[in-house]
Amino acid sequence: MTRFARVAWLVMRKDLTVEARSRELLLTTLFFAVSTVLVFAFGFVRDGRAVEDAAAGILWIAIAFAGTLALGRTFERERYHDVLHALLLAPVDRPAIYVGKLLGIVALMTTVELVVVPLVALLFQAGLFRYPLHVAALLGLGTTGFAAVGTLFAAMLVRARSRDVLLPVLLYPVTIPVIIAGVRGTAALLQPEADLAMAGAWIGMLVFFDVVFITLSLWTFEPVMTE
Amino acid sequence: MSVSSATIGQAPSVDFDRLVFDDVSRYFGRRRALAHVSFESGAGEIVGLLGPNGAGKSTALALAATTLQASSGQVCYGSRSAAQLGSALRGRIGVLAHELQLYPELTARENLEFFGALYGLDRAAERSADALARAGLDARADDPVGGFSRGMRQRVALERALLHDPTLLLLDEPFTGLDEASAEALIERLRSLKAAGRIVLLTTHDFENAEAVVDRVVLLKAGRVAAMDSSTGSLRDRYRHAMRVEAVPGGTA
Repeated sequence: MTRFARVAWLVMRKDLTVEARSRELLLTTLFFAVSTVLVFAFGFVRDGRAVEDAAAGILWIAIAFAGTLALGRTFERERYHDVLHALLLAPVDRPAIYVGKLLGIVALMTTVELVVVPLVALLFQAGLFRYPLHVAALLGLGTTGFAAVGTLFAAMLVRARSRDVLLPVLLYPVTIPVIIAGVRGTAALLQPEADLAMAGAWIGMLVFFDVVFITLSLWTFEPVMTE
Repeated sequence: MSVSSATIGQAPSVDFDRLVFDDVSRYFGRRRALAHVSFESGAGEIVGLLGPNGAGKSTALALAATTLQASSGQVCYGSRSAAQLGSALRGRIGVLAHELQLYPELTARENLEFFGALYGLDRAAERSADALARAGLDARADDPVGGFSRGMRQRVALERALLHDPTLLLLDEPFTGLDEASAEALIERLRSLKAAGRIVLLTTHDFENAEAVVDRVVLLKAGRVAAMDSSTGSLRDRYRHAMRVEAVPGGTA
């Protein structure tokens, strides 16, 4: 394993260990995501029938909102007791720390999705399991793109007083393309006649967004973290 | 978590035998934290940075630790700056900050092993166990740090700062929360580091303990060097005298 990958792995494993001990982020994001889906279900499901095309949007709203909550807290942990400075003092490539944090967030959001996707499928009678590979690709790529930008912004805002307010204000305008691609790709799969070509096109768009966002984040993380 | 003894590989060697502040100023926006500060600390020397709250002591330590950059002037490690030495320099610096920089959810052992692995240390697990024994915490090694007293956490944090055997050790209020026995143990430790040729820069308000260990003091007042002295006698009296005198630009009084 390269030094870069080793550092990323160490940071991710540390984050997951801390989360396994506290369960702070998992429980709050899960509760928030499930609550969001339930509230929408009360609004959009009438007589056991869901409003057409609602499921895709609701799924991605739940993921984005829950992800924002998790992103805000993940760097709060590093700020608490000033551990972030200790991390930044280590003689490692700082982008490796970013990748470790990103992997931790993606793992957390994936766990939330494992609960939210079946819940949306159940409450909205959405065929999310008809094309599991396509859905997994959309969710995996969309989550990565969203978390890539979110991890960078959360790191940027770690020293800002209004970070809780500023994070969604900065994050959503930039990640709108990812969320739109996720929603449209998922909606294409949920039609009575699934449009696999359209879903594939959106998956391609998500790959493009992920490459751009991760490249820019790796490039800017070092200067962003230097005071 | 078992952060195992797996290693990342040793950082390149970056040797230096003195820390030099050369006319260093640092501003935060329009607020001046340090102004034209110059002093030097050599190998085998313990220098105390003393001054009232807001004098710029922690800013000076952050500049030496490379977590801040000087607005003007430069901090040199030997004859080279942090920019010239690159990220490997950070592997030769140990920092004990006022905030103890430990993960409360992780055990003392996990904290040390995690940072040991980040620093690419060989035998990180073994070194961590030795460090915990030195800190007198081997019996509590597998307890989460969040349940420790301030003094115990201070001892773990000190071991974390020393785990990679740094050339330059920066200590911000190292005696805070320590009982008498722990403070004496820290003084002995600092003396052994001095004997081993390490460069130690510490800030403190604890004059009695500082007097027992520092070779020279740099007295800061409102971001300027008010005095530098290595004379003997009551440190508290020298401090009071220096604080009554107006700060002198350039360093010496």
